[in-house]
Amino acid sequence: MATVLAQKEKVGQVEAAQHKFCIILSKGSLDMAYPAFMLANTAATMGSEVHVFFTFWGLNVINREKVGSLKIEPVGNPGLPMPNILGMLPGMTAMATRMMRGRIEKIKMPTIPEMIKTAKELGVKLHACSTTMELQGVTKENLVAEIDDVVGAATFLQISEGGQTLFI
Amino acid sequence: MSEVGKRHVVDSRGSFCPGPITDLFKAYRAANIGDEIELLATDPAAKSDVEAWAARSGNQLAEVTQEKDYLRLVVKVTKKGR
Repeated sequence: MATVLAQKEKVGQVEAAQHKFCIILSKGSLDMAYPAFMLANTAATMGSEVHVFFTFWGLNVINREKVGSLKIEPVGNPGLPMPNILGMLPGMTAMATRMMRGRIEKIKMPTIPEMIKTAKELGVKLHACSTTMELQGVTKENLVAEIDDVVGAATFLQISEGGQTLFI
Repeated sequence: MSEVGKRHVVDSRGSFCPGPITDLFKAYRAANIGDEIELLATDPAAKSDVEAWAARSGNQLAEVTQEKDYLRLVVKVTKKGR
């Protein structure tokens, strides 16, 4: 019995040591970037190996010119307290974004650039998608310094194999 | 005061998930086995998050005290990972 318990404990430790958590971030709005970094950073504090793959609009989140001005899109976002038809009016994206940023500041949530910095400190690995970079005409110089590398889908699939992966 | 190890006080009051866990983890990285980390938090998720963190990282949540307007969580460092 003691041996079984000891073995079980050992297995638990091995699992904990090898636990891997991966996120594919394909959206570039504030309400997508926050959950991605909250989960990535928390997983890193829990001892997981963490990888985030930035593809399509997710690439904006690590674009040094765009990361400071990510927006909330009111159209097609039923969570916002306004009718979709109003969201189509000019200035509504800016207004929704301003409101969200105000709340974020008020409750002292870190900004996305701050969360990227923390991610790096915690050992989260950040990967940029090569095809999306080509598609958007973005080079490594346009990306934030915290990016680890530029990879393709095959590399990411290999990195994430055996782990838990979320697509956002 | 505890006899063994050092006690690190981490004040995460006013910060929300994942703030308290991140603050706890930074203190944990700097701590030694036998140390205690006292985390002060107002985030309602702090207790269950610290419980989950301790279970995963192999450390011990030794004390949970509800103070007047915040929570005091004492983690005993019993295992050091990376």
